[in-house]
Order: sequence, then C-alpha cells, then structure tokens
Amino acid sequence: MKRSLVRIFTVLMLLGLVITACAPQAATEEAMEQPAATEAAQPAATDEAMPAPVEKTVVIGFTSSLTGSQEVSSKRQVNGLNLWMQQVNDAGGIQLSDGTVVKFEAVTYDDESNKERVQELYTRIITEDNADFLISPYSSGLTAAATIVAEQNGKIMLTAGAAEDDAYKTGNTSLFQLYTPGSLYLISTVDMLKTLDPSAKVAIVHENDKFSTAVIDGLKPYLDQQGFEVVLEEGYASDTTDFGPVINKLVESGATVLLGGGHYPDGSTFARQLYERKVGLNFISLLVAPADSKFPELGDAALGIATSSQWELAATHTEAEAAALGKEWYGPTGTDFAAAYEAMTGDKPTYHVAGGYMTGLVLQKAIENADSVDPDAVRAALEAMDIFTFYGGVQFDTTPEAHGLQISHKMVVAQWQKNDAGELQRVVIWPADVATADPLYPIPAP
Amino acid sequence: MEQTIRLLLASLPDGILLGFVYGLAAMGLTLIWGVMNVINLSHGPIIALGMFSTFFVYTRLGINPYVGIIPIAVVGLLLGILIYAVAVHRVINAPHLSSLLATFSVNMIIIGIGTAALTTSPYNVDFSAGSIQIGSVTLLGTRLIAALVTIIFTSGLYFFLYRTRPGKYIRAVANNRSAAELMGVPSTRILALSFGLGTMLAAVSGGLIATFFPFSILAGGGYEIKSFVIGVLGGLGNPIGALFGGLILGILEGVIPAFMETSWVPVIEFALFVLILLVRPSGLFGAKK
Repeated sequence: MKRSLVRIFTVLMLLGLVITACAPQAATEEAMEQPAATEAAQPAATDEAMPAPVEKTVVIGFTSSLTGSQEVSSKRQVNGLNLWMQQVNDAGGIQLSDGTVVKFEAVTYDDESNKERVQELYTRIITEDNADFLISPYSSGLTAAATIVAEQNGKIMLTAGAAEDDAYKTGNTSLFQLYTPGSLYLISTVDMLKTLDPSAKVAIVHENDKFSTAVIDGLKPYLDQQGFEVVLEEGYASDTTDFGPVINKLVESGATVLLGGGHYPDGSTFARQLYERKVGLNFISLLVAPADSKFPELGDAALGIATSSQWELAATHTEAEAAALGKEWYGPTGTDFAAAYEAMTGDKPTYHVAGGYMTGLVLQKAIENADSVDPDAVRAALEAMDIFTFYGGVQFDTTPEAHGLQISHKMVVAQWQKNDAGELQRVVIWPADVATADPLYPIPAP
Repeated sequence: MEQTIRLLLASLPDGILLGFVYGLAAMGLTLIWGVMNVINLSHGPIIALGMFSTFFVYTRLGINPYVGIIPIAVVGLLLGILIYAVAVHRVINAPHLSSLLATFSVNMIIIGIGTAALTTSPYNVDFSAGSIQIGSVTLLGTRLIAALVTIIFTSGLYFFLYRTRPGKYIRAVANNRSAAELMGVPSTRILALSFGLGTMLAAVSGGLIATFFPFSILAGGGYEIKSFVIGVLGGLGNPIGALFGGLILGILEGVIPAFMETSWVPVIEFALFVLILLVRPSGLFGAKK
C-alpha cells in the first residue's frame, strides 16, 4: 500500500515536472508568434505615420573546429565572420526596399575537425536549426563533407578555407568559393622563382589531403611548363610529427627549393625540423602555416619561410585599384577591417580571418543586390556578382562545369623576414607591383 | 643504389634514437598489462600530460627539460596510483571490458579537461640541445639525450624489478596473484605501485617527446597506438621486450621512407602488427609467462 502511494506520488511529481517544463516553451512560442501579429497589425494602426521597419533575422549556420587539427585556422575564420556579423548588426542590419531590416544570427557547433561530425552537424543546422544560409567549415576536407549535405538540401553555402577545386566541379550549384582555387595556389610562387633562379631544383613535399593534393596537382604541370626540374615528390600523412626521414630524402635529392606543406600543425613542425637539421635550402614555401600569426613562435626557424597568401594587410586591395579595373568597390578598406579586428581580438588579421569576414560581406552584398533574402534571388545575385573589396576580386564561375569556383581573386607571396629591430615580420615579396620587400633569396644558412 | 645506402645510413640513427623513446612509452603500457591484465586506455592522455609538463616546467619555470623529468616522473607515479585507486581497483577482478571502460573514462576525463584548459592547438617546447654532424648524418642532441634518459629509466626499472623487494613482489603478483597473496604479498599496494610505474613511464616518455615534436592534448593517441604495436612486437607483459619492440618500430620508421613514400609507414607497421598476432602472438621476445 505504502509502495503504491510512493509510486503514485512519483508519477504525479514527474507529471508536474513535465507540465512545468512545457509551460515556458508554450510561452516562448507565443512570444515568438507575437511579433508576426504585430507586424500584420502595425500598418493599419500607423497608417498615417512612417511604417515601423519589419525586422527579419537571417540564420547563418556553420561548424567550426574548436578542437582538433584544424583548430588554429578555423578559429580565425570564425573570428572574421563574427566581426562582420557584429558590424552589420550594430549598423542596424541591411535595409531592403520593402522596409524589411535584415539582421543576422549565427548557429554554430564544434565539428572537432571531424568529417563525420561535419555531416551530422550540417544536417542538424539545416533541418533543426532552420539555417537560411550556410558558411563552410575550415579546410577542404571538412567542406567536401559539408557540401554534400548543403547540396542535397539546396542550401547556399559560401566557402572560405576550402580551396580544393573538385567540390565545384561535380555539378554543385549551391557552393560559392571565396578563396583562389587550390590548383592556382603556387602559381605566383613559381613565377617569382622563374625570375629569381630559373635553374632551381624543386622538391615537392606535401600533406596527403584534399587541399594540398589539389595544390600540387596544379603546381606540377606549371613547373614543367616553366622548365623547372622536380627532383623529389613526396607525400606525408596529416598527423606526421617526425619529418626526419623526409628531410633526409630532401637532402639526398639535391633540391635547392622546397614547395609544399599542408596545414598549420604539420607545416610548423616541418619548418622547425628543417631548421634544426640545417638543411640549407635556398627557398622554402609552405602552405597555410606560415600565414598564421602563431608561426613566429618558431623563432629563427621561421626566418625565410614563404607562403602563398589569400590576403595580406601590407598589400591590401584599394578602391583605386577597383576603379582602374573598372569594377565595383564594396565594403571597408583593409586598414579599417584590420583595425576593427584588432580592437575585437587584440590580434592582427591573417588571410583566414579575411576569408571568414568575406563570406559574410559577400552574403550581405548578395542580399542587397537581390533586395531579398529569398534563396533563389540571393543565388542569382551571387552568380551575377563581380565586385572588388579590400580582399580583392570576387566573381564566381557560372558554367555547369565549375559552378561557384572563384575566378577573380588573386594571391600574393609572403615571407617571414627580420626588420631592423631583428623582429620577425611577414612581408609581401610577390607580385613585384605590390611587394613590400625583396625576396630573401637564398635563405641565410641556419 | 649508392643514394639509397646513404639515405639508409642517414635515417637509421634517427629511427634508433626515436625507437628508444617509443620503447619507453610502450614499457609503461605493457608493464600494466603484464601485472594486472588491464589494457590502459588512459595511456595516451598521460603521455600528453607528460608533454605539457615539460612545456610548463621549461617555458614557465625556466627549468631544464631534462631536470624537469624528475618531478614529472614523481608526479606521474602518484597520478598512476591515484588513477588505480579511483578507477581501476574496483574493477580489477571484473571482465576485461570493465577495466577497459574504466581507463577509457579516465582517458575522456583527461582529454576533456585538457581541451578546456589547453585547447587542442599545437604547442612547442622551443629547446635545442644542438646537433652532431657525422658525414651526411645529423644526430639531434634532444634525441640523443632522450635515448640516454630511456636507457637510464630502463636500467632502473630492470634493477627495481629484479633486485628490490617491491620489484620482486610485482613479478610475483604478475605471475600468480593468488599465490603471492598467500605468501603475504600486499597485492593491492603492489598493483597500485605497478599502475603508478606504468603511468610514470608514459609521462616521462611524453616529457622527452615534447623536446623534439610538437604536441597537443590529443597527441598521446598516436603514441598509444604505437605502444600497442610495440607491445605486441616485444611480447605483451614483457617490459624489456617493449624496449626492443620500440627499437624495431623506430628503425622501420627510419628505413621505410628510404624505399617508398612516408605515408606507407603506418600501413607496413600495422601489417606487421597483424602478422605478429597471427604468426607469433606471444611477440618476438615472448609474452609474460
């Protein structure tokens, strides 16, 4: 008898808890419905006066690698996007011609640098969080996983940190790339080498992942075309920490120039071990890692290491440049962008930050041009876009063969050099017309 | 051909030196398995904690990383005893799955706290011990010293297991716990000590690896897997065999890239792992008897 009473009491308690838990939700739903009602009622009530602006919140969904191998660059990309979102919302949002004010809200999760998590989370972002537009995760590998979900659901995805070309060549129509494609990453570097040392013997040592492989696939024919001798080509696993055997091969190959790398963890390790082993190459260009502001933590091992960069503050693009090209200028200047970012984070912006910021800025421009947040109208605006910003040109391939591939943006070559005070700083060394310093060639022996 | 031989000569010393440290890490894992039949899945994060200990000892306290190995060893020993008392002792007689899950939980706790406190960004210990150049061979000082420290720890472990009373107790418990208990051996304390020693070796190996490779809180996972391969190569439960297993793995990692792409190294390592399990499951140097 006593036991039955306890059971009944427990059931009642649970029931009470369930009702209590449900009550606020119902209230919230009501509260959420209220503005719509107000929106409908407003024009009639204030017929004579100015119509109150209708606010529309656009949900932008993305994952970021708060943990795992892509953490460093991914966090910077997200910081850039957050800066744009903060700026556009603080400025009162985007005003459409029908009086609607568009503001933005982010829905984001940690993908742990894991492809399986990316697919699971983008599905959730689309189906449960009802995101209106998507931004890619960082890295070509993770983005390739996310694009499948985006494409299946017909959601527009702006990609930064996803340079590999293939994702845009498989019939996708919802992807729009902000980075220069991977296959063109090292073209400027080869052009520079051609003027510095046409007889250089090149070793290609790269991470075995989608992005780096795409870069190398674009590099090899161009090296061949420019008459360079490739004396070594070697891939390494993404989690490689011991580059000793690779470096021994590099030394044996007689290479004078090294082109390759992959992402931050492997690239910084590779640079450090090249220095420790006093390899003495004339020139080293690694992907991604040297573009990060953490790279000088390597000390003298960073000296002379070059990278292909999507954007450098020292060579930021200007309105005058846009005018000379006959393109429409849009967005803040590079200096204003950098100052705002530094005020927000206390850190100097890298190209990963600029890439993240640009995804937001390009979406903003597309909404403005479309004068709507309707996905089809925004997609059409993106396809028609041909603008110039502090980051450079933005225009997308609209052919079915490579829809969404970036065709306007150009890269620069940056290198870590020491200033007069002996401090390491990243300078732009190519193209010559935007270079802020001469290339350090050959790199001083360790 | 001449180039391949030169490449082999250049890579072999590197592989051997690295193999010593791999062996030290595996010794910790195999000691715990040998004494108490527990597969310690917290081994990787403990290696990572050893790496971070070196980082903080060197960069924050300014202590030489090799001097810092002493406190790291002591803390590792105490941490191991604590983990044993909290997570392992209650499931020591339960089926293997229970201890596996218990140590996996410890693994997740360490990684969770570590990720929150230290993020998963790569860390570097910017320490150089110079290098020795012999012809085309470069021997890095950090790897030479790490190999030397490993030899000291291995000798110490051997002396402890074969020449001291607690060491003999450990061997007795490893051979037959019930019989050892009947002979008055305090098995609980000995098991805790063994777990502490295994953890200590993992932490020390992590501390040494941090002087030449970058690391994050997730970095221990790779070395944990290597430790399993080495354990099988050298014979599970045979700590000294683990050292030789480590050397074999190190040599393979040094030699294989001379003939093929570096990315083939893990393929061959794990093929060897399966082969040893099939052909000689007790390992090349014999498992515990």
